[in-house]
Parts: sequence; C-alpha cells; structure tokens
Amino acid sequence: MTIIDEMAESPAPDGSQDTGRPLLEVRDLHVEFRTRDGVAKAVNGVNYSVAAGETLAVLGESGSGKSVTAQAIMGILDMPPGRIPKGEILFRGQDMLKMSGEERRKIRGRKIAMIFQDALSSLNPVLSVGYQLGEMFRVHQGLSKKDAKAKAIELMDRVKIPAAGDRVNDYPHQFSGGMRQRIMIAMALALEPDLIIADEPTTALDVTVQAQVMDLLAELQREYNMGLILITHDLGVVADVADKIAVMYAGRIVEHAPVHELYKRPAHPYTKGLLDSIPRLDQKGQELYAIKGLPPNLTRIPSGCAFNPRCPQAQDICRTDIPPLHPVTERDGGELVGRSSACHFWKETIHG
Amino acid sequence: MPDKTVEKKVEALPGDTASTAGVVVTDAGPAPEKARSLWSDAWHDLRRNPLFLISAVLIVFLLVMSIWPGLFTSASPRDADLAKHYLGKPNWGHFFAPDWLGYDVQGRSIYARVVYGARASITVGVGVTIAVTIIGTFIGMIAGYFGGWTDTLLSRLTDIFLGIPFLLGALVVLNSFDNRTVWVVIMALAFLGWTQIARVARGAVITIKQADYVVAAKALGASTSRILVRHILPNALAPIIVVATIALGGYIAAEATLSFLGVGLGDTAVSWGGDVARGREQLRIAPHTLIIPSVMVSITVLSFLMFGDAVRNALDPKLR
Amino acid sequence: MAELSKTDEPQDATPNVSEVEVVDANSESEAVAAIEAPVERGEPILQVRNLVKHFPLTQGILFKRQVGAVKAVDGVSFDLYQGETLGIVGESGCGKSTVAKLLMTLERATAGEVFYKGQDITRLSGRALKAVRRNIQMVFQDPYTSLNPRMTVGDIIGEPFDIHPEVAPKGDRRRKVQELLDVVGLNPEYINRYPHQFSGGQRQRIGIARGLALNPEIIICDEPVSALDVSVQAQVINLMERLQDEFNLSYLFIAHDLSIVRHISDRVGVMYLGKMAEIGTDEQIYEHPTHPYTQALLSAVPVPDPEAREGRERIILTGDVPSPANPPSGCRFRTRCWKAQDKCAQEVPLLAVPERFQGEDTPAAHESACHFAEEKDVIHAA
Repeated sequence: MTIIDEMAESPAPDGSQDTGRPLLEVRDLHVEFRTRDGVAKAVNGVNYSVAAGETLAVLGESGSGKSVTAQAIMGILDMPPGRIPKGEILFRGQDMLKMSGEERRKIRGRKIAMIFQDALSSLNPVLSVGYQLGEMFRVHQGLSKKDAKAKAIELMDRVKIPAAGDRVNDYPHQFSGGMRQRIMIAMALALEPDLIIADEPTTALDVTVQAQVMDLLAELQREYNMGLILITHDLGVVADVADKIAVMYAGRIVEHAPVHELYKRPAHPYTKGLLDSIPRLDQKGQELYAIKGLPPNLTRIPSGCAFNPRCPQAQDICRTDIPPLHPVTERDGGELVGRSSACHFWKETIHG
Repeated sequence: MPDKTVEKKVEALPGDTASTAGVVVTDAGPAPEKARSLWSDAWHDLRRNPLFLISAVLIVFLLVMSIWPGLFTSASPRDADLAKHYLGKPNWGHFFAPDWLGYDVQGRSIYARVVYGARASITVGVGVTIAVTIIGTFIGMIAGYFGGWTDTLLSRLTDIFLGIPFLLGALVVLNSFDNRTVWVVIMALAFLGWTQIARVARGAVITIKQADYVVAAKALGASTSRILVRHILPNALAPIIVVATIALGGYIAAEATLSFLGVGLGDTAVSWGGDVARGREQLRIAPHTLIIPSVMVSITVLSFLMFGDAVRNALDPKLR
Repeated sequence: MAELSKTDEPQDATPNVSEVEVVDANSESEAVAAIEAPVERGEPILQVRNLVKHFPLTQGILFKRQVGAVKAVDGVSFDLYQGETLGIVGESGCGKSTVAKLLMTLERATAGEVFYKGQDITRLSGRALKAVRRNIQMVFQDPYTSLNPRMTVGDIIGEPFDIHPEVAPKGDRRRKVQELLDVVGLNPEYINRYPHQFSGGQRQRIGIARGLALNPEIIICDEPVSALDVSVQAQVINLMERLQDEFNLSYLFIAHDLSIVRHISDRVGVMYLGKMAEIGTDEQIYEHPTHPYTQALLSAVPVPDPEAREGRERIILTGDVPSPANPPSGCRFRTRCWKAQDKCAQEVPLLAVPERFQGEDTPAAHESACHFAEEKDVIHAA
C-alpha cells in the first residue's frame, strides 16, 4: 500500500496532538454495491489526506468513485446496497468507520460538513431559509429561537446574500440558483466545521455565477482555516482553487499532484488525455484529441490497470499487473514533493 | 450525484470502441450481451421474488378452479339434501370429498360451493379490472396529453365520480337492477371504479409527454396517434398495471361485500359473498358455514395484493 | 459575411424582401417544391427575423386570465449559412433553448419569421411543415431522456422512416439503420438492444443517428455534449465535425460551454435575457469582444491551466440574471453592467456594428448591442 500523504505532508512525530497530522486521512478505502448485474466495485483502495487550510480536489468522471468516497466519509452511503469491505477513514487520527452511530453523528455537521450539487433539492421547500439555518444552532447549540434567527441573518451576511435581514423568512424557491448555493454554503459553515466536502458545488450554476460562488468558498476557507475536499469533473474549476489534485479512475487514484505540476506535466496517460481533450478558450484548435473507448463497467473492471483498454501506451504488463501508486521523480531522480502516478510507464509519460 | 447511476444500470459495454479519427472499430470485446428490454428486466426480477411465486401459484390455482370447477369436485353446489343439514360438521379427513368441509343449512356441500364460488369472484375481479383499465387509461391519456379545456373537463368528471363513495354508489346502482348477473355487477363496479386508473394514467402521461423522446418524435413530424401509441402508452403502462393489479383484490372484496349485503349477484348465483351472508345466520350452530367462504375471500384478495406488490417492485423500484 | 438589416423596431420587422422570396403559403405544393430545392454553400439557409416568444403567465384555475408574460425570446434575428456552424451561447434563461424549439416549430412563435429557403416556417402546416421537418433535425441535451426506453435502438433510429416512408422503402430500412449505426461509430449488431444498455456517450451517438436518418440539411444541437463525461465529449464533438463534412450539414450549436462553442463554431452569437447581445465570427467574439456581457462571460470561464489563468483579468459580475417576466428597461444587461449610464435605461441598444467601428476594417467591427461598445481582450494573459 502506498500512502500519498506521507509524501504530501511532512510526517509528524507520533503522539503530538493535531499539529502536522492531516485532518482527514482515507486509507485503502474500498466500497462496493450489490446490483442486478453483480457486485459493482465503486472504490478500490483509495488513499488521500487533507490538512487544515488545504484544498484537495478530487477529479474524476461519472463512475470514478469520487462521490462515493465522499459519501463514505460523511457516512451517508446507502447501506445496503453499499458495503465497505475494507479501509479506514481517520478524522484527527480516529477511525470513523469503527465509531458508533452516535459518535459519527456528532462529527457530521459539526466537524465535517457537506455541500451538494443540487441546492434546491437539498433544502426543505416548506421551511423558510432562516428557519433551516437557525435549526443548526437550535439543535446543536441549544440557542433560543430569537438568537438562532439572529445567527442565521449573520450567516447569510457572511455568504454575501444581499438584504439578508429582509430575506431570512423567504423560502428556498424564492432564491436564484446562485443564492441557494450560498445558503447551502452558509449551512455548511454554520457550526464552523474543520472540514468541508463540496460535491460538484458549481456544476449546476451559470459561468458568471460559478465564479462568484467559487471565490466565496475559497475566501471563507482561508478565513476559517478549514480543510476543503472539492469533488468535481471540471478541470477548469479545479485549476482555480485547489492546492493538490487527486485524479480518480474506476475507483482508484491514478495520479496525485500539486495543482500547477499536474497541468504542466501530467504523469498518467489518463490525466494527459483529459487535458488534451478539452478545447481551449484562447485558441482555436484543429481536431480534438479524444480518449478512445468508454469508462469501464464497474462490475467488470478490466484486469491489470483499469485504464489499459483505452490507453495509447498500454503494454502487456498493463493488462496483467495492477500498477501501484509510484512516487514520481525528476529525470535525475530529484524529489517531486507530493507527486505520484499509478502507471507502469509514468517515466515515459512525464518525461516523454 | 452522477456516480450513483452506475450502481443502478449497466453502464458501459467494454467492447465498444470508436476511434478518435472516427474510423469505426468494430468491437472485439467479450461476447455481446443480449438485448434486454425493461419488461424482460422486470420479469427477471419477478422470477426471483418469493412473494411473486407464492401469489402466482395461488392465482393460477384459483383461475383453474374458476374455469374448470369440475376438476376439483364431483358434487354440485346446488344439490340440496336437507337430510344432511344436521350432519353439517366438516370431516377434515375426507379430502376433496363433498363432505370434506361439511354442509350448509340447506344441506349443500360447502366444498362444492367454495369451488364453484371462485368463478363469480374471479370473473368480477378480472372483468372489472380490465374494464377500468381500458376506460381509465383512455380518459387519463386524453386528459393528460391534450391538456387545457379537455383536461379541465375530464378531470372534473373524474373528481365527480371520485366523490361518490364506491360501495354506497354500487349499492344504489345495483339496487335498480332486478336481474343482477355477473356482467351487471362488473358494469356497476367499473362505472364507479375507473377514476383511480384515470388519475394515475393522466399523471404518467403528463410526465411522459414532456420527455425529450416525445419532443424528438414531434420534431420528426410524428402524428398524434403515433406519439400516443408508440411513445406514451408503453411508458405509461407500468404504473397503470401496478395500480390495476393491486386494485383487482379490492374488486373481489367489493363483490363479496355487495353479495353479502344482498345487492351483489342474485340469490341463485353461487358466490362466496352470498354464502358468507347466509352463514352468518348459523354463526352459533355452524360457524364453519361462515368461516370457510370468508377465508377463501381473504386468501384470494391477499394473493392479488401480494401479486400487485411484487409487480410494483419489479416495474418501478422507486415506488418501494 | 453578408450585411444584414436588423433592428429592434417593429416597423422594420419585415426582412429585406428582395433578399427573401416570399411564397404564398396556401400553395402548398409550391412550398414543398421550394423546400426541396438545394441551397448553395455559403448562402443563408435559415433566416431568423425578429423572433419573439412570450409565454403567458396566467392566474385562476377554471377561468384563466393573463397576468403577464415571460419574455423568453424577445426579438432575435440571425442567419445560418449553408455548411457553417453557428454557435449560440448564453446563461440559463437567456432563451437559447426556446430559440431551438421555435426553429423546430415545436413552439409557435408569438411574432417574427423564420425563413427556410424563402418559406416562413412559423406559418406552415400540414404537408409543407412535414417536409421542413425532414430537413431540420435536432440533437438533444440529455441522452438519458431523449431515447424511448421501451424501444429498441433499431426502432428508435428507424422511426424517422416510419414517419417519412418516402425516404426509405420498407425492405431497405434495417440495412439503413445498420448503416447509420456504423456511421456514428456503433456496432451495427447492437440494433436489437435497448437504450439503457448503453452509456451516455453511446446514447448520444444513437440520438445523432436518429437525427441523420432523414438526411437533413440543418441540425439544431441543444447542448449536445453537456451531459457527457469530459473524455467522451471530445469523441462526440469530433464525430459531429466529421459528419458535418461528410453530409454537408449546417449546425446551430447551442451550448453554455464557451470553449466547446469556440472549437466547433464558425460564427458565434451571444444571448442575454431573450436578446442577442453580440454576434460575429469566432475570432471576432473571442479575441475582440465589444459587448460588456460577452467580456464578462469570457473572463469567467475557468481555464484548465493555472498559469494562463493568473495573468488574466477577471470580471466578476454582481447579482443574478433578472427575471425574463420583468426584464429591465432599455438595455437588459444594464443592471449588472459596470458601464451602465442613464442612456442604457432609456434606449434599447440595437444589434448593429457600433458607430465607432463602422467602415473600419478591424475585427471589432461586428454587430454588438451596446451603447458603449469597446474592444477588450479578456481571454489572454496580460
């Protein structure tokens, strides 16, 4: 098992509290689902970690397991049909998978909060926005109705909803998409969690609003020094805010790198293919590069490297041996902090 | 969450490849899977559902009984032998013999009456279901697809019928008939019962008519009848079938209730409901004359409810 | 590029009649004949003039009365030339999808004309309309809802032949369907499978095959790749480009993804709140935008390259798009525009080459509906 965070973070001396330790650490996580067509292996040994104040972007297409991993962390996976056969999810060093339901509930919302893609269906349509925001304070902190409302207005101001005092009694459908996403963010922030997981937070929004929401999220993260896991399929959004990126494919992390490095020199053919296949805004290209084939069926993941049927560099070894997450180095063996690639031929990919 | 779709549906066919330059590479992957329609998927699910298997066996048994009652007993349900009236207790050891379940007050074999009574119940249940499905689907589809004034008119009509209490309405309607055959009962129940299907059909059609595949058919220049028959009806059918199978049990119970109240099938007809009504008078002396036909009604209604439930789970997993 | 006469004044609603041959609508066979005549490459094949679509807002259950209207499309004019791809971009609610529905005659226009080979298709019906539908086809956004789940792929792609039996004789259809599957890069043996047995990208190919079946001249693509995964998007875009060359198609490509639109389009129109804000060649719009909305839109696009991003100026708009039921007076963008002045609230800016650029031979001299049009490069690092 290769653990990325050992490379990403400077290893802390054991016993010391918090400092240097990652906030959240996922170790060798496996998740599977029972389906009509057999067992779908959605997550197959994922490792990643986030420290306070850090943004980890998890990039992947549908079926890559990026959202399932997040749901496992939040403990909101549908079980059954879901199952976690193996793995650890450490929050401040404690394995959440071994905790009781009560203990997990205490962490959820208070320590780790989540923002969903579809704000409209995540908010209760029959309760006012102020009531739903205030609920967090009434339930978790036992505030009175009046104080909770005042706090709700404060939060709405925080996420820059204009005229918060007037709109606190409005219902979710009275807000626009961007405003609703701000309310979702306010809700996630309410108890000042240590970690926020944002699952495609801007996918449903228009570009001009996307930028506003992303900026707000980044600003609040800095202010509260939170950890942020940003789950997305959009290479553009990631480039704007992430510190490091984990690229997922068929339930595994195939590449892990600091954001600038990844775009400059991808070390996995899948990442490389993705970057080449998106058209550019600032230049008119010829034919687009397209990764051939389709993402794999999770009930029948190809043997060896899951990407091998679509990979232009695939050799025999790729069809038989699952590539471990190799640390990626410079041509001369110099260390590249925080970089790794699950490709047998990462050297050829990055150094051409 | 986009990831979730993967768990529910077969996503990729790994064999299929289309190269970047658009040159077609025919697949060389594993053996291609068979064509699977949504109906065959549902059937696949049903076969593995014990609830379905048990109820299906019971229903087949009841159907056979109602079509060929002679297979089960040689006795006639109408042969009254008053001499046997006093020997009315069941002989539990005499399986399938005329005296197995004893005799009723007029000395008729209860076993024979139970066997022959199935026909009335099943005919009414199936007949009403078919009738309401046709009427309800037609009205619901017209209302849902055309909308506007047509919809307003038909929906209000549905509401009016829905406002009539089902059994009370049937009681009033049937009371005005002297000769109440099975067909009269079916017509009366269907006349009052189509509203539920109509509402379900209307709702389904309104959702389906906005689907892109219906818009696509319109864009191709398809006629209204083609859109209704090829696109809307096949997709609206699943919820309609679910409601219809579950309602079937209810119609059987309704027939029994009406017969019990004396406004169902005429006195001369052999029916479970009628027998329950007559058995009530002997409740103290011979409780089995009441209990046995009642149990038959319960088993039949339960079978159809279970069947409907299994069908619902298979056709529309989201409803569970 | 042909110079067009476009204004927002209703009295100018009639297009250049000399340019557009108006045929009496009641001589149906004449109309059909006109529709079947070929159009030269580079000539306008579709001319949209002052297209308006208002959806009435009603109140009351039994006796409905109109209390207002959602002005989804409010006077849009443009041309589509034979063999080109015209991209239409804009945010949700700008009316771009309604334009697609109007061109497909799936909605009836409130006002305005759409001339297809000289025929105003908003006023056609019966046989002539059916003939138009043969030649204008559509590719939908969501490959999961655009295919009937109860029909086999063969039935879906073959349905156009059932509706227009004159295109392919009965015995020929199965072979035609298999050919189409082959053309879009699917295995012809999949003909008996059902849509749910395919992935999103494959379904979109099926949708494209259905659109191609009748050998149309125009394909209207409403967000054809936005529901697909990034790695599959490129495959579908490449396929569409190849098909355009092979079958000599004209595309109207509606999307919100500005990068993809630039890649595939020859010309691009930017819509905002039911109106066209700016229109020009892809170079004019992307490299030399003059409308502030286009500039803001372009600058907001997240670029998948952290280095290129850092030097770029970003214009972050405040607020949301106003409701199309109650659009602002004058220029519709003025409520979010940093250049807005009193004039913008009073006068509706016309879509025309801005005065300051008129007669000049610069890429900035293209149609832009802004009183204070000004060139600004926003997509390149400073």
